[in-house]
Amino acid sequence: MASMERQLEYVLRTVEERDVRFVRLWFTDVQGMLKSFAITPAELEDALEAGMEFDGSCIDGFSRIQEADMMARPDPGTFELIHVPGEDVPAARMFCDIYTPSGEPFDGDPRYVLKRTLEKARERGFTFYVSPEMEYFYFRSATEPIPLDQASYFDLTPFDEASELRKQTILALENMGIPVQYSHHEIAPSQQEIDLRYTDALTMADNVMAFRMVVKEVAQSRGVYATFMPKPVAGWNGSAMHTHLSLFEGDVNAFHDAGDELGLSAVGKGFIAGLLHHAKEITAVTNQWVNSYKRLIPGYEAPTYICWARNNRSALVRVPIPRRGESGSRVEYRAPDPACNPYLAFSLLLAAGLRGIEKGYELPPEALNNIYEMTPEERMAEGIDSLPNSLFEALEVMERSDLMAEVLGEHVFDYFLRNKRLEWADYKAYVTPFEISRYLGVL
Amino acid sequence: MEPFLVFPDPPPPLLVQTLDLAGYSWKAVANASIAAQLEPPDGWAGAVVTAEGDAEGAFVICRSLRRRDVPVQPVLVLVAGNQLGDLELREDLFDDFCLTPFHPKELEARLRLLAWRAGRATGPEVVEYGDLVINLETYQAAVGGRPLDLTYMEHELLKFFATHPGKVFTRETLLSRVWGYEYYGGARTVDVHVRRLRAKLGDDHASWIQTVRSVGYRFGQSRWGVGGAGREG
Repeated sequence: MASMERQLEYVLRTVEERDVRFVRLWFTDVQGMLKSFAITPAELEDALEAGMEFDGSCIDGFSRIQEADMMARPDPGTFELIHVPGEDVPAARMFCDIYTPSGEPFDGDPRYVLKRTLEKARERGFTFYVSPEMEYFYFRSATEPIPLDQASYFDLTPFDEASELRKQTILALENMGIPVQYSHHEIAPSQQEIDLRYTDALTMADNVMAFRMVVKEVAQSRGVYATFMPKPVAGWNGSAMHTHLSLFEGDVNAFHDAGDELGLSAVGKGFIAGLLHHAKEITAVTNQWVNSYKRLIPGYEAPTYICWARNNRSALVRVPIPRRGESGSRVEYRAPDPACNPYLAFSLLLAAGLRGIEKGYELPPEALNNIYEMTPEERMAEGIDSLPNSLFEALEVMERSDLMAEVLGEHVFDYFLRNKRLEWADYKAYVTPFEISRYLGVL
Repeated sequence: MEPFLVFPDPPPPLLVQTLDLAGYSWKAVANASIAAQLEPPDGWAGAVVTAEGDAEGAFVICRSLRRRDVPVQPVLVLVAGNQLGDLELREDLFDDFCLTPFHPKELEARLRLLAWRAGRATGPEVVEYGDLVINLETYQAAVGGRPLDLTYMEHELLKFFATHPGKVFTRETLLSRVWGYEYYGGARTVDVHVRRLRAKLGDDHASWIQTVRSVGYRFGQSRWGVGGAGREG
């Protein structure tokens, strides 16, 4: 394709003209950790055409020793220049797709899992857009959660170290072509929120990876530690990644129906029904750490019950009402935390929603009361189920899920379960400070 | 630089895309009399005439461009393989031809060569708008001397805007002219890229790209002055 050639030429020419000395190739492992290696401009042309070979057995969730060779092929559409503080020439970065030596897309590559799922949406004429609200904490160090301030939601504090950091972060993000919609101090001390403007899901998953790195780098450059750990301090709100989702058919928002009381089309309702129906199954991926489940408890605005509502922020799915005259119908899924793998999480949210549309799941009635104030019996009477209580429970549900197996593919599905079972086993064997303080003196 | 004459109107999409991406300005004409009306004061920079489809109309245009005091050149004809015979005895009507389906790079290379032979400037090398400079050869863009860090599609979009200042484009037009092929993102992709481009242009220049409510986008001032209907900034 002519434009592909031109794109390659653009990358090569820009690297030359701007005197770029290193090109960083980025990709993501199954747990959502960003991996990077640098090549020189001399190697770039080969890398773009054939891919760069690397040892996949060193990457979690990639290949076993006997099939270690992997090829990372940079996606020239993701080419960006990045400015490293203190260096006068920019570096460049590109996200890679991972291939086997025989040139097949590698099943263990989370970016490929998302591309595969997006292709299914595209076959039905849908484009999937995503806009996440990224929450995180600034702490004095990586070893102890000491906050920078005692401020709270929307607080504007003078000489606020955190807001200066946030400002620098937003500048760095915008320079990288990641537009920011809002940012503010969150509820807990030292907790921040930066909302990213919607874009297509593949670009957004790349952006989330870049975002986490930029946030951490900017903090580090000022001697501060930034963390996306879901619940770093007991008794404070955890960090969420509320994710706004919408489907478009061409230029038309497929969730929108001006004639409907909720402003929602049948597609929109089916999508929500799908999310609710499969919520339990996909939680292992949207909330993938032992610590993730310390966030999903009542009392801290995190969802625990599987229901939807327009303006009830304790619901798992919120349907924000578009402003008058707008067709911005969207659905907010509130379970994910910012330490998830965005490629896998977006894949599963999309697949769950599509299944709801396809199979015509019926949308349950809106949850009108505060679900937390209901008794378990009342919830049962209304058919409101709960999200898994722990990583262990989530894995149990995941193992039985056809949807998860289909979307993740055998390689990722098996690895994920194996890896997370080990994490759970480690946790289970650990005697926590809670137990010492509670039991040692009395038992 | 004066525009190229392009026949027919509308031209084939791949031709449009090739000329746009190569940075040529052009005007489509449906026949010779419209060509005469639209001819710029300094004459056409050249012509790209598609003979596939309406061969007769195509050669009528060529003839009108050549049989005059100052013949238009270069004239390049796009023909299908089975039309090669039509070129015989018409050698005076064109300077070169390209077989369809043509390869965009080949067409670009031929135009460049023709321009060089004709002794004109070898295509547009630099596009300027205000203190924005886009070097088409090196793919680099700068605002007030500050280099812009653009992705490929941002670069293409900015180049398209800067070569068509003051005109309003719908999202669909931008998608077909700039992206030129079916793209993952759909028409909303344009919004996303405009936002990214505005962010990179910086606060002082972000307003160059104006949202024209319920239509699309315009780069720079409307030709009817500042504050055309629906300006949103």
